[in-house]
Amino acid sequence: MADVAVGKDKCGEQRLVSLPLSRIRVIMKSSPEVSSINQEALVLTAKATELFVQYLATYSYRHGSGKERKALTYSDLANTAEESETFQFLADILPKKILASKYLKMLKEKREDDEANDGEESDDDEAES
Amino acid sequence: MAERPEDLNLPNAVITRIIKEALPDGVNISKEARSAISRAASVFVLYATSCANNFAMKGKRKTLNASDVLSAMEEMEFQRFITPLKEALEAYRREQKGKKEASEQKKRDKDKKTDSEEQDRSRDEDNDEDEEKLEEEEQNEEEEVDN
Repeated sequence: MADVAVGKDKCGEQRLVSLPLSRIRVIMKSSPEVSSINQEALVLTAKATELFVQYLATYSYRHGSGKERKALTYSDLANTAEESETFQFLADILPKKILASKYLKMLKEKREDDEANDGEESDDDEAES
Repeated sequence: MAERPEDLNLPNAVITRIIKEALPDGVNISKEARSAISRAASVFVLYATSCANNFAMKGKRKTLNASDVLSAMEEMEFQRFITPLKEALEAYRREQKGKKEASEQKKRDKDKKTDSEEQDRSRDEDNDEDEEKLEEEEQNEEEEVDN
């Protein structure tokens, strides 16, 4: 199905949009407050999504750590979401990853802190975490 | 319409191709990075739709149109997309106009029963997928587009 809207058309010219419009429409309509979308709005949203993918990739690559290794990694993207204001809306779906060992260490440190505080104020735990 | 969660994903092959075309040759894109960008793209569509819908509501319109999407880009701080989007819109309108003329030509040709029918038909098959939607959407377009 995806083949239909992919790539170049018969004349060899670049198509206007390469993302499948039907899929873009399904995503748009999944938003409950939207009642109808005209074809131009659909085409523009699809085109905008392509531009967005290009921009997110190039921005993350340029600001990322993998330039010498010629690589784009997840953490480059997570950094972009965290640091760039424009891409802030992605922060929830591109969370920064940390190592399990680091996380365990954080937990341990927290526990030790809690224990140290235990003697003085025992119900402060919630506020501190 | 979206019955399964996968229905909200964009095709990986297309996303990968767009990323590859945007980056310098030979850059390796991890699988995780690809799926992250793909998810980000779906969220972008939802975010843009919601912003555009706000503009439509402000204008007391029920149908999202091109200007709503452009306003949404501005609001989302993706002003850099506006010029290329306007160009794409122009190209799209030219294409539609061409199609309309072609189909009018076809009608005339049909009446005359000329040989060019065959050619037109093969072009039609190419656009089959869009055609259904176009018909369904035609009403809206006629009301809102020509201004």
